[in-house]
Amino acid sequence: MSIGTSPAPQAGPSRPNPRLWVAGAVVFVLVWFALYGQLVPFSNRVVSLLPLERGSHLEEAIRFFVYDTPKVLMLLTLVVFGMGVVRSFFSPERTRALLAGRRESAGNVAAAGLGVVTPFCSCSAVPLFIGFVSAGVPLGVTFSFLIAAPMVNEVALGLLFALLGWKVALTYLVFGLGVAIVAGWAIGRLHLEGWLEEWVRTIRSEVAELPAEDVTVVDRIKAGIEAVKDIVGRVWVWIIAGIAAGAFIHGYVPADLLATIMGRDAWWSVPAAVLLGIPMYSNAAGIIPVVEALIGKGAAVGTVLAFMMSVIALSLPEMIILRKVLTVRLIAVFVGVVGLGILGVGFLFNALLA
Amino acid sequence: MKDVKVLGPGCKRCQTTQDMVLAQAERLGVPVHVEKVTDYAAIAGYGIASTPGIVIDGKVVHAGGLPKEDDIARWLTA
Repeated sequence: MSIGTSPAPQAGPSRPNPRLWVAGAVVFVLVWFALYGQLVPFSNRVVSLLPLERGSHLEEAIRFFVYDTPKVLMLLTLVVFGMGVVRSFFSPERTRALLAGRRESAGNVAAAGLGVVTPFCSCSAVPLFIGFVSAGVPLGVTFSFLIAAPMVNEVALGLLFALLGWKVALTYLVFGLGVAIVAGWAIGRLHLEGWLEEWVRTIRSEVAELPAEDVTVVDRIKAGIEAVKDIVGRVWVWIIAGIAAGAFIHGYVPADLLATIMGRDAWWSVPAAVLLGIPMYSNAAGIIPVVEALIGKGAAVGTVLAFMMSVIALSLPEMIILRKVLTVRLIAVFVGVVGLGILGVGFLFNALLA
Repeated sequence: MKDVKVLGPGCKRCQTTQDMVLAQAERLGVPVHVEKVTDYAAIAGYGIASTPGIVIDGKVVHAGGLPKEDDIARWLTA
């Protein structure tokens, strides 16, 4: 293919200068940290300007909201930008090439890990599923990818790290990957290929040879900006709703009530949290402020994490999308296996921290 | 006449991709026939794993995310 003969579009003065873009990204990060450091004085000032009774429930709730909203939005912007840049190094096609023909155990581990960094939007779930399975990626390995991708995402990890500390974030990462690996492996062991929809089983497609795209530093920074526009633009409503719910819990729900219902002694609270999480549909950004408030009120960490994993990983809309390629029986197995994994994480966590 | 197929189940990005192809074709004066492929089985048949995808004269040139304007122009004039 000769590129030399075609007219080069947008050549000349509009060529982006890589140094300028990198400098711009650095300035953005510096300004971000400067602003972030000012959040506590800022929220205290705002709250002190409001005609509120000191120490009242309302003041506590509003303080939580005024502090958490800019904090979460800023953190999300930074994390999503960083992840957008990282993800420009990966693509579903490349991941598929890495996973095709892998043996199961090692393949499950690789798939879960790649699920975290491969860019993937939920409207692509079905093409991705078919694309993987038809190219010879084992069914269980494909599931490991599909479980890890939404559950252990950059939004969840970044916000947990920021709001609850690195220990909780790291544990979430390890256990989230663990559930994806074990659940995918278990589904693979069950040999359920026959439970795919008929037309999916018969597709055997050639893997497309994509021309190598020339990706520059500027393109990667642009990918980060695009990710921020796309993700933050989409989830900010969820975040505000989540923080409002968190603020209500923080200000009004009595601590001993939560400790009774969601505390470590109530064994049934873990399965209840998982069941409650299935019909609830939110994304990580909306659920984490709620998680933060629940833990602050004495709910057991394992119970709360199980709830969060269930809300994110087992969502009804995703199941409806996957219904196009999976039979109802296979979806039931998927929910059952992932649900059991999350249950295990919840119990284990509560036991470890006892 | 370039035969262009935009592969995607009908999400917003797929529509944007189609609009971008049409805009570039008009700008460059390249005659095109653009067709949308929304059927999952047909999309899978092209061997891609992410959408939107672009096929030009039977050859897959792009998969996943919005394409770059420069690239579209290059594909249409190649």
